[in-house]
Amino acid sequence: MIWQGPLEKIDDWRWRIPKDYKQGMRVDGLLYADEEMIGDIRSDRAAEQVANVAFLPGIVKYSLAMPDVHWGYGMPIGGVAATDVEADGVVSPGSIGYDINCGMRLVNTNLKLEEVKPRLKDLVYGLYNDIPAGVGSKGDIKVSEKEERKLLAEGARWVVEHGYGRGEDLDYTEEHGEIRGADPDAVSQRAYERGKAQSGTLGSGNHFLEVQVVDEIYDEEAAKVFDLEAGRVTMMIHSGSRGLGYQVCDEYSRDMIKCLTKYNIDVPDRQLACAPVNSPEGKAYIGAMKCAANYAWANRQCLMHLARSVFEKVFKASPRDLGMDLIYDVAHNIGKLEKYNIDGREKLLFVHRKGATRAFPPEHPELPARYKKIGQPVIIPGDMGRNSYLLVGTKKAEETFYSTAHGAGRVLSRSAAISRCRGRSIARELESKGIIVMSSTRDTLAEEAPEAYKDVNRVVDVVHSAGISKRVARMRPLGVIKG
Amino acid sequence: MKRYEQIEHTADIGVRVYGASVKELFKNAAFSMFDIIADLEGIRGSVEIDVELKAESPEELLVNWLDELLYNFYTKWIIFFDFDILELDGRRIKARARGRHVGENRNRLKTEIKAVTYHNLKIKEEGGQYSVEIIFDV
Repeated sequence: MIWQGPLEKIDDWRWRIPKDYKQGMRVDGLLYADEEMIGDIRSDRAAEQVANVAFLPGIVKYSLAMPDVHWGYGMPIGGVAATDVEADGVVSPGSIGYDINCGMRLVNTNLKLEEVKPRLKDLVYGLYNDIPAGVGSKGDIKVSEKEERKLLAEGARWVVEHGYGRGEDLDYTEEHGEIRGADPDAVSQRAYERGKAQSGTLGSGNHFLEVQVVDEIYDEEAAKVFDLEAGRVTMMIHSGSRGLGYQVCDEYSRDMIKCLTKYNIDVPDRQLACAPVNSPEGKAYIGAMKCAANYAWANRQCLMHLARSVFEKVFKASPRDLGMDLIYDVAHNIGKLEKYNIDGREKLLFVHRKGATRAFPPEHPELPARYKKIGQPVIIPGDMGRNSYLLVGTKKAEETFYSTAHGAGRVLSRSAAISRCRGRSIARELESKGIIVMSSTRDTLAEEAPEAYKDVNRVVDVVHSAGISKRVARMRPLGVIKG
Repeated sequence: MKRYEQIEHTADIGVRVYGASVKELFKNAAFSMFDIIADLEGIRGSVEIDVELKAESPEELLVNWLDELLYNFYTKWIIFFDFDILELDGRRIKARARGRHVGENRNRLKTEIKAVTYHNLKIKEEGGQYSVEIIFDV
């Protein structure tokens, strides 16, 4: 099925869905893509979903889609929408996603490719053994309910104070890994139960931990600030809030279906259920969503700590001596209250990013001092056979509410990927390219085969060329642990 | 007649479920979800749970029913494979689900379903045959 709606070319990287496409759209849709990607975008229902998001009450400027956009539920993956809080703007749980604060973490080392290569197998096996992953895996942190409530309020700080990592890690985590306003009372008993025993687990599906090597530097000045150079080994972690976040989104999405009648809201898909940010329902969801976000930062902090310990065992040196500093941790499924200048007036907006990365420009007050001059690090992973990128935010990205892409974006469904890979060993194919992959769940490697994804290089080309973020370094995978 | 089939969805997993009655549709929807989660081939077991739920519409009831089973899977680690729908009208369900504990059989597990979505959810009836498309977030 090819989507037949209007996509007007604005320039080489921007495409508009005019708001008269569908009655009820409050703003235009704006997609970032090159000419060729538009073909992929038309082949599923993502563009229709961009138009549907434009129905959200209080939405300002545009319903946005990043170049890795693909068909999701409600809002597409790769969608961004900002609503004006004072103009009865809404918060929509499905437009943040079930995996609240799914995000990326990039860790440096001082190891060179030649030092890691001979020990790569030991390193990957060690990571596979020590990092709980896959359906039904249990984590390292066992806490009582009382302690878990503290973890939800304090996020990554709580786990650092319990011995998982060091204080300066928090300086390089979005919101210091502890977003304010988290309300543990807004989290249901069921969500607690699903989250229990899952802190410090990777998850499954597209979640991963990857050892990689920097193979190209685009911006020497920024790379110097990050202490990166070609040939340097880095580590990337992709994980989220596990069962706790899924349960929070699920319950509040259900409750907010009732809000559609209560607040007289018209949206074309139940999955876009929402409530005004300032309503009791909106506030309760935001309090719970922040708990799940903190849980996810705690989780990635814990995963990094476990991985550092594996490096320590394999290379017989402390993580500090191995230079294993956190470069940055950034969410790509989250809702944030941020201020923007709209038509000459400063407004408080609720920015939904679902499969989109925040990309603050240089001099932004929320950046760590070391990054003030270069802008916020943006971490964009690719598939396990190609590249991943480190970029930085730009002033130009104000047009996207300082948001950019989050990954490659799928082109094949999971079942199509499995049937295409039947009879092949993805692990062996990647090994022949020098990449060791291990997965604890059956079918994951076929579902996640490189050909199931768009080429991340092209996604990054678009955001770089459109100016909404700037390339700094490119990495390629050496070893990958999948859930 | 087949109980369900997978439909193409780029990022998540979609199913089209069939049933000769709404009761059978609910039963087959639950089966499809666990058939995605785990390998049900030759599975036996006798752990049972009773479920009673209410909702505002048949579609919401269907999501609540699947959510309830998913919650029980993730907290009690039971793979469900057999479902008796005892009572069902558009807004209320009473049912019994049978399964087995995962225990040491983690290799039976295939896919982590995060949630059941409401995306474009609509129960359809044509000539006495019921069908519904469900998107699972994975």
